[in-house]
Amino acid sequence: MDTFIQQIINGLTLGAVYAMVALGYTMVYGIIQLINFAHGEVVMIGAMVAFSVIGALLGLDSGLPPALIVLLGAAAAIPVCMAVAYAMERVAYRPLRGAPRLAPLITAIGVSIILQQLGMMIWSRNPLAFPQILENRIFHLGGATVSTVQLAIWLVAVSMMGALTLMIHRTRLGIAMRATSQNPQVAGLMGIDVNRVIAATFIIGAALAAIAGVMVGTYYGIAHYTMGSLLGLKAFCAAVLGGIGNLPGAMLGGLILGVVEALGAGYIGDFTGNWFGSNYQDVFAFIVLILVLVFRPSGLLGERVGDRT
Amino acid sequence: MNARAPLLQVTGLAVSYGGIKAVKGIDLEVASGEMVCLIGANGAGKTSTLKAIAGLLPVARDSIRFESEPIGGRPAFELVRRGLALVPEGRGVFSQLTVDENLAMGAYIRRDHAEIRRDLDNIFDLFPRLKERRQQTAGTLSGGEQQMLAIGRALMSRPRLLLLDEPSMGLAPLVVARIFEIITEVARQGVTVLVVEQNARLALQRCDRGYVMESGVVTLHDTASALLDNDQVRKAYLGE
Repeated sequence: MDTFIQQIINGLTLGAVYAMVALGYTMVYGIIQLINFAHGEVVMIGAMVAFSVIGALLGLDSGLPPALIVLLGAAAAIPVCMAVAYAMERVAYRPLRGAPRLAPLITAIGVSIILQQLGMMIWSRNPLAFPQILENRIFHLGGATVSTVQLAIWLVAVSMMGALTLMIHRTRLGIAMRATSQNPQVAGLMGIDVNRVIAATFIIGAALAAIAGVMVGTYYGIAHYTMGSLLGLKAFCAAVLGGIGNLPGAMLGGLILGVVEALGAGYIGDFTGNWFGSNYQDVFAFIVLILVLVFRPSGLLGERVGDRT
Repeated sequence: MNARAPLLQVTGLAVSYGGIKAVKGIDLEVASGEMVCLIGANGAGKTSTLKAIAGLLPVARDSIRFESEPIGGRPAFELVRRGLALVPEGRGVFSQLTVDENLAMGAYIRRDHAEIRRDLDNIFDLFPRLKERRQQTAGTLSGGEQQMLAIGRALMSRPRLLLLDEPSMGLAPLVVARIFEIITEVARQGVTVLVVEQNARLALQRCDRGYVMESGVVTLHDTASALLDNDQVRKAYLGE
């Protein structure tokens, strides 16, 4: 029972990160029906920029409180990721608007490789130790534990998702984004510059990805130039699980996927007589993806497939 | 700028899809304050003409002038700012957005919030049904209500020229009559109107002038009352 609760707690933490990344996939898909495979790389760049900034601030011996240093790391990562996302939309995807869907999809894979290699050139091919500077107090819940880092991740994730939801439903840009995703041509007739709305979508997704990158770095204490690809793929699974194009779906899908993965990792040994260990953790996301695609291709909350007029 | 120039002037407009010419060099004019219709059979090029004017199709720059400025091929989102609004064929409401949100998108280009609120009240006076359904998503409205929403939404941008594509399509006769009453009312309030319509009789009864299109060319244009009396029109479009 303690393992169960512990794995739920760990899963929700991981799930919060997946959810943040899945939102980026789902928003872009919702608006231009593109699966932006380079999105995971944006997470990596976010983690790496934060790593560099935090390292530099620590090197300065500035005496700033650790939480502020991490915050400054995130504050630097966010604009960099936004700029990267804007650049990839402008340079790689916009010229392909109206092209068959396979073209931008393959381009996205290309962009992903380019960003990954750039990451390697800038930050080396070695795993980097993400400075563990936040005081990590552990709270006991029965036999399970929750750390302050986990609580911080939840708090940030919940507030970011809340802010995004408000933005989408209450602001002019948010409503324009929804209008564009339903019918770009009519959106243009309203005076909406569809290209700007698409760029904004990429940029907002990138901000969430940057924050997710800082979260993963802080949580695992490690950053590597390939960290974005698997994380990105899993977040993509989460987006499909929730119903691609559906924002609450991405949030729900992320959380569920995190929990499934953590429970899977926690129990796989018991159920297979230790044939498989928790190093098979990564398998679960893809099992979930296959099950969803077979039994409910539209995802948990995705209701509309083909009702685009 | 020439004060005498028509609000909208189309000269030698040609539209083609791939190798197929849908509109083959037509001329058309709408003066400020007029209500003009474009009638003709299916596939005559009416919708293409309207789409080209609204900036949805690539056409030669000089073939369309709005307030004497060449606007051919300019993107739709820019033309809205100049005072052009199109109510597209099939209404094109954002079905997952609420009525309020749809209308807010109509006013997307505007920042004068007090005036927007006043215009919203006017729209609700014009279409009381919409007021009752403000929080409903547009997809749950009936066809007639969606058409009203599409017209109201277009008016929210305060257009000088309102373009309507087949406003009667798929609606019951009573609803169609009501929609045309409203369009006439909008025109009376000073909005210039160009309407594409298959229901030729209704359109000609309401409009000042009419253009008849056939296979991509304008075959006739005259005052609406003259067209109603024209033998050719009566035979081909009024079923007499």
